[in-house]
Amino acid sequence: MKKNKYDGSFYLNPYLGGVILGTVLLLSFYISGRGLGASGAVKNSVAATVNAIAPTHVEQSAYYSQFAGGDKKPMNNWLVYEVLGALAGAFLSGIIFNRLKLKVEHSPKITSRRRLIFALLGGLIFGFGSQLAKGCTSGAALSGMAVLSLGGYITMIAIFGTAFVAAWIFRKNWI
Amino acid sequence: MIGPIISSGLVSSAWDNVFAVFLGMGFGFALESSGFSSSRKIIGTFFGYDFVVVKVFFTAAIVASLGLLYLSYMGLVDYSLLYIQPTFITSAIVGGIIMGIGFAMGGFCPGTSVCAAAVGRIDGLVFFGGMFIGVFLFSEAFPLFENMYYSGSLGPKMINSVFGISPELFTFLLVLMAIGMFYGAGWVQGKVKKIDY
Repeated sequence: MKKNKYDGSFYLNPYLGGVILGTVLLLSFYISGRGLGASGAVKNSVAATVNAIAPTHVEQSAYYSQFAGGDKKPMNNWLVYEVLGALAGAFLSGIIFNRLKLKVEHSPKITSRRRLIFALLGGLIFGFGSQLAKGCTSGAALSGMAVLSLGGYITMIAIFGTAFVAAWIFRKNWI
Repeated sequence: MIGPIISSGLVSSAWDNVFAVFLGMGFGFALESSGFSSSRKIIGTFFGYDFVVVKVFFTAAIVASLGLLYLSYMGLVDYSLLYIQPTFITSAIVGGIIMGIGFAMGGFCPGTSVCAAAVGRIDGLVFFGGMFIGVFLFSEAFPLFENMYYSGSLGPKMINSVFGISPELFTFLLVLMAIGMFYGAGWVQGKVKKIDY
């Protein structure tokens, strides 16, 4: 366990954290036959929201109609429950390791406002890409890698490879 | 009990969503306790000052891959019932590139932004909100991307078959590669200027 010298909170050893994460992922396959995910819950929430406002639009859409409309229940979905659980699990960890605090985390060289604008844009772009790739870092890359899916490995390499280059472009926001 | 216990019908599928909540809790706990609620810790991988992402991510991938092969070997998991993400080459690459840009701008991925929001990081909450807009825009623009979305379809293809080797050998090589990366990460971190965060 390593103490963070700036906020006094504790982090698990990363390899222990990895073993816990891998074990949860293994259990997920053993129990439900599928991996963990995150972006799918957002997709279903968006589809459910649009369906509540404009049901005919959902019926006519080749995309939404896969997840919502008719007798489909997009919010009664494994990933939605799993992400709600993740929220609770992370909150619990925040209590245990002394990290609960309302703040905007950013480099001292940039303002909170700039950080939030980039967080919003980053989320927007990530969300868009996750739909094209049919999954994000957890659902496509990590869970895909666990079952040796070719697509999972390709997505993982594309995400990390691009992020190395893009992080350099946006380095003034970080270092 | 031979898994997956829900898909094989050993446990009623009504329990699936209950398990989802508990599995999600483990997921969130593992990410947050490893430090994934901090964007500056996550992004450290790309500047070489903190490789927690590489260490946690690849350790988890190894544990799950090895675990599944082992359970399958012991006859405790029916590998054919596991959901293997089908491969669509074009969208996996293009989608991955787009996600990489969002990653470097926002400092989170979807799962870690949920964890950050859970412990009060407003930037995490804003990233998560941004995702809804991005997903909405993609869904509305779907006709423009439909061809790309379905192109390069290979079905649930496994990576070891590309190299013509067994899943076990591939996983063994993955473990060797990961150990090499862990050593490399430690070496780079020792050389790079420390960042206060």
